[in-house]
Amino acid sequence: MKETPLSNCERRFLLRAIEERKVRDRDPPLPPPLHSAATGQAPSHGSAGGVRASPHLSPGRGALRPGRTRGCPARVVTLLSALQRLDGRQSYDYRNVRISFGADYGCCIVELGRTRVLGQVSCELVSPKLNRATEGILFFNLELSPMAAPAFEPGRQSELLVKLNRLLERCLRNSKCIDTESLCVVAGVKVWQIRVDLHLLNHDGNIIDAASIAAIVALCHFRRPDVSVQGQEVTLYTPEERDPVPLSIHHMPICVSFAFFQQGTYLLVDPSEREERVMDGLLVIAMNKHREICTIQSSGGIMLLKDQVLRCSKITGVKVAEITELIQRALENDRKVRKEGGKFGFAESIPNQKISAFKMERAPVDTNDVEEQAEEIITKADPPSDVFAKPLLQMPGTAQIGEGLENSWGDLEESEREEEEEGNSDDATTSEGQKMETGERNFVSKTKKDDDTIVLSDSEEEEVVILEPEERQKKTRTHTSAKQENSSSKKAFNKKRKKKRATH
Amino acid sequence: MGSEPGGGCALRRFSCELGPLGRPDGSAAFLQGDTSVLAGLYGPAEVKVSKELYDKATVEVLLKPKVGLPGVFEKNREQLIRKTCEAVILGALHPRTSISIVLQVISDAGALLACCLNAACMGLMDAGLPMKSLFCGVTCTLDATGAIGLDPTAKQEKEARAVLTFAISSVERQVLMSTTKGTCSVEELQQCIAAAQRASGTIFQFYRDSVRRKYSKA
Repeated sequence: MKETPLSNCERRFLLRAIEERKVRDRDPPLPPPLHSAATGQAPSHGSAGGVRASPHLSPGRGALRPGRTRGCPARVVTLLSALQRLDGRQSYDYRNVRISFGADYGCCIVELGRTRVLGQVSCELVSPKLNRATEGILFFNLELSPMAAPAFEPGRQSELLVKLNRLLERCLRNSKCIDTESLCVVAGVKVWQIRVDLHLLNHDGNIIDAASIAAIVALCHFRRPDVSVQGQEVTLYTPEERDPVPLSIHHMPICVSFAFFQQGTYLLVDPSEREERVMDGLLVIAMNKHREICTIQSSGGIMLLKDQVLRCSKITGVKVAEITELIQRALENDRKVRKEGGKFGFAESIPNQKISAFKMERAPVDTNDVEEQAEEIITKADPPSDVFAKPLLQMPGTAQIGEGLENSWGDLEESEREEEEEGNSDDATTSEGQKMETGERNFVSKTKKDDDTIVLSDSEEEEVVILEPEERQKKTRTHTSAKQENSSSKKAFNKKRKKKRATH
Repeated sequence: MGSEPGGGCALRRFSCELGPLGRPDGSAAFLQGDTSVLAGLYGPAEVKVSKELYDKATVEVLLKPKVGLPGVFEKNREQLIRKTCEAVILGALHPRTSISIVLQVISDAGALLACCLNAACMGLMDAGLPMKSLFCGVTCTLDATGAIGLDPTAKQEKEARAVLTFAISSVERQVLMSTTKGTCSVEELQQCIAAAQRASGTIFQFYRDSVRRKYSKA
């Protein structure tokens, strides 16, 4: 991903927001001078270039250092728990998760704070892979839409995208949460291919958590068409004929991300986009509600202690239990609404009382007298000309409809038009060969006239011949194009050309 | 759609949400019945040198299908939407910038192009870009008997003899764009345009009401 790098100023502001809170919580009299120093310096940093920023940085850091070094580990831990984030969360707080379902099966939108992911599951009957004849195929595709952030380009496989897709595959496919054997229709001939499309709609940090929730919710919500097999014959039933069947899902792995700051001193659950930009390391743990770890990945090159990883896995257990509960409740809700024949789909998930949302009931449109109106327009319009009744056959193998319209190329002025008409009046009717001849004659006469006015005696015509050896065609072309121009301008042009030649 | 006892047609239930996304400069979710499109808009922003126009803003439209990669079908619609947007955006006010509109299909249950156009217009409104006029998309169908239907569902679209989509401007209800599929006579085309112009009145009132509601407490 080509994200615009944070300026030093921004980076410092974010880190300081984390750090200052700690200092302020410990001893209140200290922050005011610190704060004023920070605000006093910030603009000078903003204006200074990247090179000059580093010497300015040192006093600020020096002022902060005593506060940091004096704190003993136990104290840091207690302070960390009191630490608040830019969006007012505590360090272990997860953002609100909201799940809404579409009208189709297997379609959902998951909102994690302001991060939003659209998930859609689709299926297709395909022939299986050669080495896995009795297993269905699972395919995940996460896309970072340019809608989500301006830095995302359409159709580009960025490093971040590859990393996220791989992690998603490991979380969902390699953990064997979907029973792929139940997706087999005829061994070695036909299996179901389940495709999970995930679109990131808004990027506000922690894409992987939102995507993993969206993927598993969409898979749980999805129903595939029922099939029956008689011998080698496979019958596919439409939803009207037989109820579609859900996929068999063993467990629901869910990813939880942890951001580490300052070599693991600070830990934040569910980092937002701003926090992600200043973090030193990221730990992603995928777990199901039985507290089984499905995937664990640490990135960013940070060394973690054993107890840090253990603590993270404990937190994951709690978060996953909460999220699984929420997913099951959301699925149950949707199932109930569909069963009772109530309204469902995204239109229902927009809250009515929201000020930015608006709904309009089915609105009748009066189309009673459109026929009269249409009739009026048609009668007002010019009747279509019906001159092209017969195609003209000029010669064998050609056909022409109508006479063609007047050439409207270029915006000729009145005088030019007259001139052209004069020139063209006889030419238009004559045949091709004649035209060429007349063209040549005109050309010759014109050049001769020029010769008269300008004293450049002999070889004008010869020169033209030398320059444009394909005599006939070229000459006619120069003639016709020249005719479009004003004759005076042509003369001027010729003069220029001649002068140029004279200088040679 | 669906013929009412009075012989008239109807638009399905409309819903919209202005500014549902945090990152884009303007965004809108637009729903017509079960058809739903989300629009996100960035601009006027920095433009790639290769796409830079010295006298006006470059308008780009990206239509993302829900499943799979965008193909020729999407490219064609992108062009239709782009030309419509270009016709109303006062791009000369922001020369050498880019305005990119990303449309994500959330669900397709008929009249998708019309819904895309409506979402794009609401997105432009939410972004506060200067425009000559507003526009809306209306889809009409002609069935075998020649009866006109408005805002069809996917099923009605499939059964129809011809499907016509128009973009109508809010100034004098002018036609900004039209695309048709299937066969229809000149009379029927004019009738459909007239019907679409009638329906546009309802849609523009919907735009007005939703924006009024959003700014009612400002």
